[in-house]
Amino acid sequence: MVFFTYLISGISLGSVYAIIALGYTMVYGIAKMLNFAHGDVIMVGGYICYIALNSLGLPAVLAVILAMIVCTVLGVVIEGLAYKPLRQAGSLAVLITAIGVSYFLQNAAQLIWGATPKNFTSVVHFNLPSGLMSLGLSSEALITVLACIVIMVALTAFVNHSKLGKAMRACSEDKGAAQLMGINVNRTISMTFAIGSALAAIAGVLLCSSYPVLQPTTGSMPGIKAFTAAVFGGIGSIPGAFIGGLLLGVIESLAKAYISTTLANSIVFAVLIVVLLVKPTGLLGKYAPEKV
Amino acid sequence: MKNLKKATKVDFATYLGVTVSFVIMYILQTGGHLSSSIAGQLVPICCFIVMAVSLNLVVGISGELSLGHAGFMSVGAFGGIIAAQSLAGAVPFAPLRLTIAIVVGALCAVIIGFVVGVPVLRLRGDYLAIVTLAFGQIIKDLINCLLVGYDSHGLHIMFNISGLKSINDLHLEETGKAIIKGAQGAVGITKISSFPAGFILVMLALVIVLNLIRSRSGRAIMAIRDNRIAAESVGLNITKYKLMAFVLSAAMAGAAGALYGLNYGSLVASRFDFNTSILVLVYVVLGGLGNIWGSIIATVVLYMLPEALRQFSNYRMLVYAIVLILVMLATNNDQLKALLRRIIPTRKEADAQ
Repeated sequence: MVFFTYLISGISLGSVYAIIALGYTMVYGIAKMLNFAHGDVIMVGGYICYIALNSLGLPAVLAVILAMIVCTVLGVVIEGLAYKPLRQAGSLAVLITAIGVSYFLQNAAQLIWGATPKNFTSVVHFNLPSGLMSLGLSSEALITVLACIVIMVALTAFVNHSKLGKAMRACSEDKGAAQLMGINVNRTISMTFAIGSALAAIAGVLLCSSYPVLQPTTGSMPGIKAFTAAVFGGIGSIPGAFIGGLLLGVIESLAKAYISTTLANSIVFAVLIVVLLVKPTGLLGKYAPEKV
Repeated sequence: MKNLKKATKVDFATYLGVTVSFVIMYILQTGGHLSSSIAGQLVPICCFIVMAVSLNLVVGISGELSLGHAGFMSVGAFGGIIAAQSLAGAVPFAPLRLTIAIVVGALCAVIIGFVVGVPVLRLRGDYLAIVTLAFGQIIKDLINCLLVGYDSHGLHIMFNISGLKSINDLHLEETGKAIIKGAQGAVGITKISSFPAGFILVMLALVIVLNLIRSRSGRAIMAIRDNRIAAESVGLNITKYKLMAFVLSAAMAGAAGALYGLNYGSLVASRFDFNTSILVLVYVVLGGLGNIWGSIIATVVLYMLPEALRQFSNYRMLVYAIVLILVMLATNNDQLKALLRRIIPTRKEADAQ
């Protein structure tokens, strides 16, 4: 019974990781860059939602939508100002710029909203039947898992069947060839950032609903974990990010419960290292042999 | 001087520059002309120069992105602290004790570097990056669980995995002292680091790295970076050379860590987290990959920058972030590069003419 409770909290946490990891993996797949600022977009999403709920008094749904819109715009602006000029530069230059953006967002948030943690009020306002509650299932956990599944299905359909999704896949395979086929590569990359950032906003709201402490560094650890999840599942793969996120959440939750609270993160990372040593491209990653 | 190769001249200029700046700073420090905030940063700057130079060996020369360099610094710091604190009675002469501590710190980091390097260097690119990141986090968590004390029976070491034990569970004697108290970190450290020791360590790191780069092994390492398959096909042992760069870099980071740790009265493991690794990586990238004197200058400038931006008070980290982004954008801007090239002809073009 207790095990079941931990499992559920793990799945719920894993769903949040999965949503963040989806954003990471899409951006990586198409722009081949590690977007370290992604975690901080989550934090901004959380703050926007907090402001909308507490200062503007908007209903929860509108608050979430507002957070998504702000984060989408933020993502596109960051991409246009900081990453687009570096398209031809080395991957390390982009990485450092992303770190710069991450510092910028954290410090800007601290100046605007202060360093003291805010107590986030959950956006989920219904109660589950008491039978489900006694199983350790909370309404937040249910919504998180449902949101994750819906996003995952919608994203897969979008990438596989829509025109823009096809353009994204083409760009991730070969940018030069995609451009020759008349795909606007820059616009496609911007769109990827927009989708990734909107997902980050949802993840931020869900994360803060389950763990209601909001401060400027809220996003960094989940960001790193989600990045780990994306690599775990095979970076660049959408189902991989989903599975990686869920597994990571469950492992973390069970490790916390049964082995050691202080070492829970270490255990997660140790599992990642072992998986990468056995399968160097992650669980669902494609093995691409080098041709000479 | 004329007969020397260009590379040798650059190396000598690097040694000379470091020595001259050390002498100036040392005279200013002993004369009491430095403000206390700058004087307090001399040793940390030396440590971070060694960190940047050693990370440059991995990222710039060997071409592997490592995001866990602070992990080695952490291992070295706590290894060095344990050595220095437990030898306080046996070796009363502080500089000798510091030397032993630095050697111990470097050895600890070598062992960990070997353990991590052997399996991990099989991975490439971003996968290597994430594993080194994970390793840095694991080191931090493990040290947070470490309880170490010292009494007349020798060292007492205990792992506090359950999180319930405390330093009292070591059952130290009355005269014994606690060295590392789990999440509280190392406490009651006798500060024995000094600026001259930092200078010697920097020079040592420079001699090692610069000589390695100009040696047969160094050329092999760079050949592997430039084209792994071609290097393998001419018979270079990839694992051996990659491991050489990685472990050597870990050793230097460990030594820097020991010096850093013994510069403070207390030290927590979270001082060496992901952000510290990133900080050093920023020094290396802004200084120029594979460019050793660039790393030194970037470290000094960027380490002092938040201090210099103090007048912006709350905005200083924001300004720091903006400066970082703008520098990256400017150094990768083709138009700006072309403009610079017209004003100052680069070395290669000058040679061609």
